[in-house]
Amino acid sequence: MVTGIAAIGAGLAAIGAGIGIGRIGGSALESMARQPEHSGMIQTNMIIAAALVEGVALFGVVVALLQG
Amino acid sequence: MERLFKVFSISFFIFLSFGLLASTSANDSTGSSSKETAELYNPVPDVMHHISDAHDWHFFTFRKGTADEWHFSIPLPVILITEGNLDVFLSSAFHHGHETVTKGDRVYSIDEHGHISEVSDKSILNFSITKNVASMLLAVLILFLILRKVAKSYRKNNGVPKGVQAFIEPLILFVRDDVAKPNIGHNYKKYLPYLLTLFFFILINNLLGLLPGAANVTGNIALTLVLSVFTMLITNFSGNKNYWGHIFNPLGSSMGWAAKAPLYLILLPIEVLGIFIKPVALMIRLFANMTAGHIVILSLLSLILMAQSGLGTGGAFGVAPVSVAFVLFMYLIELLVAFLQAYIFTLLTSLFIGLAIVEDH
Repeated sequence: MVTGIAAIGAGLAAIGAGIGIGRIGGSALESMARQPEHSGMIQTNMIIAAALVEGVALFGVVVALLQG
Repeated sequence: MERLFKVFSISFFIFLSFGLLASTSANDSTGSSSKETAELYNPVPDVMHHISDAHDWHFFTFRKGTADEWHFSIPLPVILITEGNLDVFLSSAFHHGHETVTKGDRVYSIDEHGHISEVSDKSILNFSITKNVASMLLAVLILFLILRKVAKSYRKNNGVPKGVQAFIEPLILFVRDDVAKPNIGHNYKKYLPYLLTLFFFILINNLLGLLPGAANVTGNIALTLVLSVFTMLITNFSGNKNYWGHIFNPLGSSMGWAAKAPLYLILLPIEVLGIFIKPVALMIRLFANMTAGHIVILSLLSLILMAQSGLGTGGAFGVAPVSVAFVLFMYLIELLVAFLQAYIFTLLTSLFIGLAIVEDH
């Protein structure tokens, strides 16, 4: 039970990243469809938000790496 | 195009089935179940060795595990300061950990993880040129040559840029116009050299780290720590009254001090911690992205070696095309991540600087 738990933690962090970035991408695409003339700005902000969410998920991965 | 796809998928299935058939027949012909009871190849130590720093630059090994093992590696200088004494020697003097090195009254030995220690436990300051330092110096040299060429041709050409300039100048303009100017405002010129250096340094080290046999420089947490310390120092030394006001007096004049005091008990520690946590997040983001990418690529390639130890050579041949296809896909993602992480680090740095120098509303 104890041996694989770091891997389970890393997997949960990946789920969190997937959900978060999926939502960001989804709403970015929706707003680009509504207002194509602002696509550039929307895309830039999407990348920023995705990197921030991914940073948090990577905290979890780093803890898993240290543990396992 | 369709025909290519057909050819590819048919040959893929032939490979896979050949591999599986060959592996089962190999097992039957040897007749023994020794393949099953033999240990499956564990990729973890080799993967960790590839992404860590070392005192020699190891490229590959011939005939590993046998008596005529032969390593192709470049030994790097070891520079140590122990109790005021400077000792410099090549890491080949250690003979991969089999021998100790004696300089004066100090005896150094290296363990299997590459840590150098002194026999009588004296404290050592280790300034060696390790694999990461050598790779970083190489990257700095490459950057210097490229950017000097761009600067010279910018001075000469007055028209359409050609050659290296045509590739680098759009990147420079991108950092200036889309990262520095919008986030910092009209004072951006003061910070532009730092932002450009940061962007190109991280980019070139990310890209160099993708080559086989290269050092994982930006995946070294000490390097990303230094970069984020620079960001923290620059941000906090440029902070104006507004910035410090927002940190130590976030609620401003909206309430009397009696109402603010209990709230500040919680708010102020969080704000002060925030000064440090933002650069720590920068550090961990870059380090984890790069290291995780390298680990995934190395693990997918290790699948071939695991198949060889579990299913025999035929199995390894069968797994190889699948593994290489996945690795190719991962490499494309890693190229994107290399650019993206350089951009994100630079963007967040300029965002923090911008927040620090914002004038009154």
